[in-house]
Amino acid sequence: MNGAPDTSFTFTVNGESRTARCAPLARLLDVLREDLRLTGSKEGCGEGECGACTVLVDGVAVNSCLVPVCQVDGAAVATVEGPGLEAVREAFLAEGGAQCGICTPGMIVMTKAWMDECERAGRAPTAEGARKALAGNLCRCTGYGKIIASAVAAARGESR
Amino acid sequence: MERTVGTDIRRPEGPDKVSGRAVFVADLATPGAWFGGTVRSDVPRGELLGVDLDPAFDWDRVRLAGPAEVPGANVVAMINEDMPVLAEREVRHVGQPLLLVAAPDAETLGAALAAARPRIAPLPAVLDMEDAPDVLHEILIEKGDAPSALARAARIIEGTYRTDTQEQMYIEPQGVIAWPPDASGCTVVRGSMQCPFYVHKSLVTMLGTRADAVRVIQVETGGGFGGKEDYPSVLACHAVLLARAAGVPVRMIYDRHEDLAVTPKRHPSRVRHRTSVADDGTLLAMDIDVLLDGGAYTTLSPVVLSRACIHAAGAYRCDHVRIRGRVVRTDHVPYGAFRGFGAPQVCFAVERQMDRIAGALALHPAELRRKNMLRVGDTTATGQRLETSVGSVEVMERVLARSRFDRHAWRSAGVAREPHDSQGARKRTGVGFSFFFHGAGFTGSGEELLKARVRVELDQGGRAVVETASTEFGQGTIAMFTALAADALGAAPEDIRIAAADTSRVPNSGPTVASRTCMVVGGCVMKACAELRARMSAASGDESGPFADRARAFLAGGGDGLAEVVYASPPGLVWDEEHYRGDAYPAYGWAADVAEVEVDLDTFEVRVTRFLSTVDVGKAIQPQLVEGQIEGGSLQAIGFAHLEVVTTEGGRFLQDRMATCIIPGTLDTPPIEVELVEVPFPHGPAGAKGVGELPMDGGAPAVASAIEDALGIHVDHIPATPERLLDAWLRAHPEEAL
Repeated sequence: MNGAPDTSFTFTVNGESRTARCAPLARLLDVLREDLRLTGSKEGCGEGECGACTVLVDGVAVNSCLVPVCQVDGAAVATVEGPGLEAVREAFLAEGGAQCGICTPGMIVMTKAWMDECERAGRAPTAEGARKALAGNLCRCTGYGKIIASAVAAARGESR
Repeated sequence: MERTVGTDIRRPEGPDKVSGRAVFVADLATPGAWFGGTVRSDVPRGELLGVDLDPAFDWDRVRLAGPAEVPGANVVAMINEDMPVLAEREVRHVGQPLLLVAAPDAETLGAALAAARPRIAPLPAVLDMEDAPDVLHEILIEKGDAPSALARAARIIEGTYRTDTQEQMYIEPQGVIAWPPDASGCTVVRGSMQCPFYVHKSLVTMLGTRADAVRVIQVETGGGFGGKEDYPSVLACHAVLLARAAGVPVRMIYDRHEDLAVTPKRHPSRVRHRTSVADDGTLLAMDIDVLLDGGAYTTLSPVVLSRACIHAAGAYRCDHVRIRGRVVRTDHVPYGAFRGFGAPQVCFAVERQMDRIAGALALHPAELRRKNMLRVGDTTATGQRLETSVGSVEVMERVLARSRFDRHAWRSAGVAREPHDSQGARKRTGVGFSFFFHGAGFTGSGEELLKARVRVELDQGGRAVVETASTEFGQGTIAMFTALAADALGAAPEDIRIAAADTSRVPNSGPTVASRTCMVVGGCVMKACAELRARMSAASGDESGPFADRARAFLAGGGDGLAEVVYASPPGLVWDEEHYRGDAYPAYGWAADVAEVEVDLDTFEVRVTRFLSTVDVGKAIQPQLVEGQIEGGSLQAIGFAHLEVVTTEGGRFLQDRMATCIIPGTLDTPPIEVELVEVPFPHGPAGAKGVGELPMDGGAPAVASAIEDALGIHVDHIPATPERLLDAWLRAHPEEAL
């Protein structure tokens, strides 16, 4: 694939060191799902439109379908399966932010990125802020209201 | 006793969905599986002469399956058996499957597909539904004598309304995995689907085999909205042929491009209204002509047309109604099911016609609706007398009270506006309204013919297992059944388990479509649970203590822990299929929407700034889930109104990637304010009717009405794109043309 020979790439995934031997331009999404069997990140479009494959690379949210694995060599990757997402998961359950569940992993990871950003910047988390932060994540079930409510509840540490 | 119904329990499957553990079809581990792909037609119509296999490719690396490999009938069995699994000679649409390829890996599959070249002699294609000579299905509904009433009418108001197609855009593309026949000869398919027994039926027909030689299992399904009602049958037939050819499991999981290019979407429509109306706004006669583009094969079109025709006169009282509906065959990719199933198209037309009438009579749109709305005791276009659970007045008055739309000076097209450049900002705002209903369950005698079956069984651990074919794909089927079963058994939600939709394990409760899962199947679940509870109660005479303990004691005492229920329609329903007369649905959901918009006069971009919906669903079994249905359905309707563009050229969908096939994101979405009204349906479980499709019907006409209010131009064709609005604006303001 991609002409280049398979190469070893080492990076952490959810805090654990992992090594994948694959083509340098293999998509991070495929490496996570197929080589590492972490299937929580989903492929909805394969071109960075839907956000269902969102993961964090060194704390920055990216579409893992657009990132070649060679770019994460030595980096820290965080996925929906990882630690530190308990409050976000709880909020999505309590507020009805997950319906069919296919966009949910991306929504949860993006919510976490937004919460971290709010904290770093010392900004109060608002519904408007969540709406902007989640603008790149598509959902066809919810009409977004309950997703925004979930994100805000997670960020404010409240859920019903 | 209601303990769980009406409260919000958490989705039982939710923890898996929020942690990445939920297993969708693409997530299934299938060691040794091959990858399946499809060689397709690139023309809308022609004669297939053959598929050339490039000798430069080593064809021993792959396995092929063509029409000759179909063991039974080469048809995808649906309503009619006119669509082949694989084309033999006649090619009817772009993307039509011609030959199947399985390969050990994706790269080899891609190379093989590129090396297979169909030879098709093109024929002239029918791509305009107005010119299509071939009628797939037609329906005539007559109430009173509309032609005579119109012939003597003093005033006839006419309008023609069009809706383009719309893509379901479930975020998980279609996919199934098929296994070659096992030692007992059984073929197993797992996949993303709404209707496992539809897939089962099509496989039994294609394989020419026994019902118990096919097993279909739904796995976690990432959205459907009707799009996974019929197409999974096609995909499963293909995957099964390849699994048989390759002798290994075959994964057929579309990427987004393939999904958008070849799967069915909403039927495009053209609806003409001719309405006779009295000076005070009373509807005297309605003549309605409905035309749908069915695409190349019958698929579900007759049933879509049926729902369209029954809803075409809207939620209004009128003594003289004539509705003529046709769905025609064209050489487009077959159109199919999408939430609402024909009703959103005709609801757009009748609601816009009501606004046109309001404008012509200088009546307020809300006043015109109040005067004509169906109430208890009125009859619908099919002559159905509405006896019970009619929330029409409640939803209308509640949404008007919340929005104050009846005090808003709505302006129809043609009413003079202030000069737009005197406002400073080159933006206009508007408010629009819609009022609508949606029949729950299958049309007419559909439920009687289907006879949904449901089982509830106590397991050894003392839990009640609910066995149905109804699928969860986001709506909340699992939580809703759990709540109904818990209350009917006098148990807690933890005492209930909902069985997976596996055709070898569950009875056929019918497809998960038509807003029927709660009202019809949920009702059966409650009945079966009530029967079990009565047995347990009769055996012990005691309902104290944990349910699981009582259930285990009941089984230990030799009690029969299995209850099966077959659906029975509410008494007194009469339907005449031949004349389309009578009780079309057991019950209707009712709703009214208000939309507020802002339109930019330079770009003609529409922004929906606020959306209100008041809805009567009978009883909200799980209020949070019902709100989720209404919010999500309303947003799909808003997208249908102005944002979601799918066009065809030469029979090909031009928007065949997510980057071009737009759906609303968070920034396109207004606050959606939902209010639930409960006017119970005595024959529904805990009073519930349907909710799934209803919110798809009214959003588009409400947004179009708001755009008309803002701009003073008719909005009769959706999506109301900036290009369409600019054209209409320049027709109304020729002095502004460059």
